[in-house]
Amino acid sequence: MHELSIAHSLVELAQQHLPPEATRVVAVDVRIGALAGVVGDALEFCYAIATEGTRLQGSILRVHDVPGAWHCVVCDAERTLDATFVLRCQVCGAPAGDLLAGRELELTSIEYDTAEDAPR
Amino acid sequence: MSMTPRVLEIRRQVLSKNDEIARGLRDRLRAHGIFTLNLVSSPGSGKTRLLEETLRRLVARGICVHALVGDLATDNDAQRLARSGAPVRQILTQGRCHLEAAMIAQHLDGWDLDACDVLCIENVGNLVCPSSYDLGEDVRVALLSVTEGEDKPLKYPAIFNSSDVAVITKTDLAEACDTDMRALHDNLQAIRPGMRVFETSSRTGAGLEAWVDYLVEQWRAREVPR
Ligand SMILES: Nc1nc2c(ncn2[C@@H]2O[C@H](COP(=O)(O)OP(=O)(O)OP(=O)(O)O)[C@@H](O)[C@H]2O)c(=O)[nH]1
Ligand SMILES: [Mg+2]
Ligand SMILES: [Zn+2]
Repeated sequence: MHELSIAHSLVELAQQHLPPEATRVVAVDVRIGALAGVVGDALEFCYAIATEGTRLQGSILRVHDVPGAWHCVVCDAERTLDATFVLRCQVCGAPAGDLLAGRELELTSIEYDTAEDAPR
Repeated sequence: MSMTPRVLEIRRQVLSKNDEIARGLRDRLRAHGIFTLNLVSSPGSGKTRLLEETLRRLVARGICVHALVGDLATDNDAQRLARSGAPVRQILTQGRCHLEAAMIAQHLDGWDLDACDVLCIENVGNLVCPSSYDLGEDVRVALLSVTEGEDKPLKYPAIFNSSDVAVITKTDLAEACDTDMRALHDNLQAIRPGMRVFETSSRTGAGLEAWVDYLVEQWRAREVPR
């Protein structure tokens, strides 16, 4: 499954960035664009499998959806992709140009505890 | 003694490793003057058949074309393509549903890239997974056969939006399938405004010359390295 290989890439990347003093990872945050071709729920499911036996085991994945967006040159305004996925301005009908957002598949942050944080 | 978890900001693309390899590969292929295509579609849309016809025609026009073909488990497609006389290699993905840039890079070893003009990559038949993986191609080509239903682009927006060109295949079957060609075109344009679209039939040969003309045009127009 697609999301499983992405989950493995995500875990690998997160582990590279994880500070050595982290004793427990609480959560990992990702941004997924509407046109990234990745299903958030499926990724969350695969995340639990991919983190097994790693320093991220037991942490949760928080998925933040990013809508597709572009600048309509006719209206001179920002437009957002709706559920139809039709890349046309909802006001004037002009076709969308380059996307400003919507293709993200991004690790944004890691939340973790250190030994100092632990209750004494 | 409150427990405040720490937050580390990162902001890195999850597939950045593949993206980096793809960037390096693109530079390398361009430095050799190669124009590269990545063909994506659902299983059975006619990628191998279109490539058979394309390779034959490119070879006949004196263009040196190489092909890489991804397949989950068999080398049937590679065998079919090799009949064109072009160098062809199979990439076995061992069950993986898409090709990755590293697999392409590995399979170029031993080929005389200076002699090569056009590299065609047939991705694994799948409309979801290949959309996330840059292979270092110049042009991503989404195939869509007339038998699949006019709304395919709307159901798989990520792959059609990330493709540069679409080829509608099996047009010889359009009448038998009651395909609404107009709706098909409209749906492609809705998902990827301005997309260049070709109509082909590998069976009758319709549209193939125009498609090959386009490839030759793109190959000629590529930036020639110093
Ligand atoms: N009638 C007709 N049949 C076609 C055409 N192109 C391909 N086919 C048939 O469609 C079937 C699938 O074609 P392939 O070229 O193997 O499709 P593919 O996309 O490479 O398939 P996978 O690699 O398995 O994803 C074969 O039986 C082809 O002969 C066409 O233009 N017209
Ligand atoms: Mg094939
Ligand atoms: Zn507008």
